[in-house]
Amino acid sequence: MGLSRNVSLWQGLKYQGQGPMLTFILHRIGGLGIVVFVSVHLLASYFGGEVGIFLNSVYEHWAFQLVVFFCALFHAINGLRIVILDLWPKLIEHQREAIWIEWAVFLPLYAMCVLVILRTALSG
Amino acid sequence: MKPRTVSFTQRGFDFETFMWFFTRVSALVMYALALTGLVGALIMGARTQMNLADLMRWVFTPNVTHVQNTNVPDLAPWTTSFWKLVASAFVFFATSHGLHGLLSVIEDYLTLPWLRRTLRILVLLLTLFMIFVGVYLIWTS
Repeated sequence: MGLSRNVSLWQGLKYQGQGPMLTFILHRIGGLGIVVFVSVHLLASYFGGEVGIFLNSVYEHWAFQLVVFFCALFHAINGLRIVILDLWPKLIEHQREAIWIEWAVFLPLYAMCVLVILRTALSG
Repeated sequence: MKPRTVSFTQRGFDFETFMWFFTRVSALVMYALALTGLVGALIMGARTQMNLADLMRWVFTPNVTHVQNTNVPDLAPWTTSFWKLVASAFVFFATSHGLHGLLSVIEDYLTLPWLRRTLRILVLLLTLFMIFVGVYLIWTS
């Protein structure tokens, strides 16, 4: 017998938890994205060869960089919120406000990165 | 609603509790290492010799291959043992933090005991392998 789960994966995805749920799911997607990106990057450098060169050209593509920057920046900023709330549990009373602050930090930073990446890509 | 606190002895302390704590602490450590890389790069002349993207690459792992294609004239200060140690620490914390996170996601969705045990061992082996690959690349590049 495995663990019993009353909720299927599909039901879990349909759960409407609003703001906190959105950060939770983006934190997971971002984290998994970083794991895949860093692992493949290390393996490409380790084994090298034509596959390594091809993978490096994929990393340097602007569309790929937009995704990686979203994953890394969101995971880092949301992670800092989680660390602060978890290590100072009294602050949990302000968790909704913490999420608003988080977006206020993340959106301008990411917008700046998008601007720099696209400007570099378009100037070629 | 006031948060309830349970004392340390009542809570129990096992591997996953330790990893819960380690995940949070390693996040703070990685912030500190990134800040070290940022300040160090600026001291070594990044302000005029690197663009934002190159600087961020260096900050995420201060490895010399990340500055080879920039306008940095002398790579010597960027290849010291200090930076190799910082980069190795980054690899260690990032890998153990990230792959334990992968394990958390896996165990949230998979319930079969034998599958969970197999994947747990696989993730552990992958963690050790990726730390080895990362540290090897840093000290040989």
